[in-house]
Amino acid sequence: MKILVLVKQVPDTATKIRVNAGDTVIQTDGVKWVINPYDEFAIEECLRLRERFGGEVVVLTLGPKRVEEAIRQALAMGADRAIHLDSDRELDSQAAARVLARACQDEGFDLIMTGKQAVDDDQAQVGPLVAVELGLPQVTVVLTLEVDPEARRIRAERELEGASEWVSLPMPAVITAQRGLNEPRYPTLPNIMKAKKKEVKVIAVESLGVPLDPWVRVEAFSLPPERPAGKILTGDPVEVAQELARLLHEEAKVI
Amino acid sequence: MAQGILVVVNQEEGRVRRVAYELLSLAQSLASGQVTALTFGPDAENTRESLGRYGADRVVFLSGPAYQAYSSDGFAQAVAAVVSTIDPQALFFPATAWGRDLAPRVAGLIGAGLASDCTEVHVRDDGRLGAVRPMYAGKVYARVAIDSPRQIFSLRPNIQTVVETGRSAEVVAVDPGLDASTFQAVVTEVKQSQGGQVELTEADIIVSGGRGIKAPENFKVLEELADALGAALGSSRPVADEGWVPHSYHIGQTGKVVSPTVYFAVGISGAIQHLAGISGSKYIVAINSDPDAPIFKAANYGIVGDLFQVVPALAQAIREVKKDA
Repeated sequence: MKILVLVKQVPDTATKIRVNAGDTVIQTDGVKWVINPYDEFAIEECLRLRERFGGEVVVLTLGPKRVEEAIRQALAMGADRAIHLDSDRELDSQAAARVLARACQDEGFDLIMTGKQAVDDDQAQVGPLVAVELGLPQVTVVLTLEVDPEARRIRAERELEGASEWVSLPMPAVITAQRGLNEPRYPTLPNIMKAKKKEVKVIAVESLGVPLDPWVRVEAFSLPPERPAGKILTGDPVEVAQELARLLHEEAKVI
Repeated sequence: MAQGILVVVNQEEGRVRRVAYELLSLAQSLASGQVTALTFGPDAENTRESLGRYGADRVVFLSGPAYQAYSSDGFAQAVAAVVSTIDPQALFFPATAWGRDLAPRVAGLIGAGLASDCTEVHVRDDGRLGAVRPMYAGKVYARVAIDSPRQIFSLRPNIQTVVETGRSAEVVAVDPGLDASTFQAVVTEVKQSQGGQVELTEADIIVSGGRGIKAPENFKVLEELADALGAALGSSRPVADEGWVPHSYHIGQTGKVVSPTVYFAVGISGAIQHLAGISGSKYIVAINSDPDAPIFKAANYGIVGDLFQVVPALAQAIREVKKDA
């Protein structure tokens, strides 16, 4: 099986977000960059499929030079080779999807995986948009994946509100991963060493001849309002519990 | 010229989720032109009265044999066909599991920009629609413009107010002419999770537990409080990672992002990822033995104390308040 995994580099989830004075840019100095956590589930699932059925796992990443670190880490987890679409421009989901689709359309992948969303912009669009660009079916927010390479069929369980649904579809397809799909492995030292020698093909995004102007534009960022200082109660458990119940009923009027 | 808003919602057994009414109410308050609701599947016609009551001027029902089971690629083609008939200026989807699967597929197909999971949609000075949406799970909010001729928004449930306008929706017949045998990804089975737990993203009150509960069997202390409040149960990430509760309970930047009226954080210290996921809560109530826990900085109300003493007492006190009310 020839498998592609789309990997985005994002600020670590422990990052405190700051915006510049004009509120137009999120400050990235001092940010620790990591692989999008949902993409790690996608990488792990691709590796397990290759271990079971053979073939190769290719990493495709879009972003500036700093994303090389994420690529090396994905290779250290066990991916075979990588393509780095190099660009300093911020692309919206549709432009990103067009670029990613163009870069992989001639490779003939049996399966394309990525995370259910990136934890920076939270748009959750690139997976389905790549599927549309390539004319492939999709299943998003996948908890369980069953692949039958012989029959070229996939069954996937996706998360709903308080429920889940099983979807049946042909290969090739685009699958986006949810937490719970698997437990991603840590790179071992020998694999980190091996990763340094693996092929990373760098392609300048501008050379792909794809329109890059965004349709969806951020005009301004704002930080959520600070909450006013709360009423913090201490003392006898029964008394403070009764006081809290009274406050919720009479002051906040929520119970 | 394109005008009006197409509100795309799903229904089960003739009933829609509350978010459908939220979308229709918002669309009616913004639209220059008619608000059209589109829904799918058997019993779709049974939603006509309620969709009209909350703001639909017109309804399109796709209830034929092609729409018995959800297919992201099939339904996206159907929405595209309705769009070319109705010619709306904008489309609204619920930012639910269903809407977040379908909306980007439609956006790609019809070539329109999509802003996901918006908490606000407004009319801009230029007469077009703009939106506000959280990023980084709510650590920051972005005001976004969509420059494509047609605009698509998915809206977070539980934010918009519902307004009854008492319309009687006119039925518009549209036949996309699709054959289900051409649909590729098709739902074959829906599994309800056990217990009939209220969905966290739609819950009005949430009781959530963290490491402070110490052991999985202690979660029943929280169940008692949730029961007294009629609340849904959630958790911090470590508790879900330990397997004390299912992953679906996990609230935070890499779990569910919630916006209840009241959020009870019990034995949760308040890591930045968790605070991001609960920042949309109207009230946050913290119960923790550590007075320096970061959760108290985010809380409207708090109790410093042993949760194993406080929580049962609180459940009892809430039952009494409710009984008298």
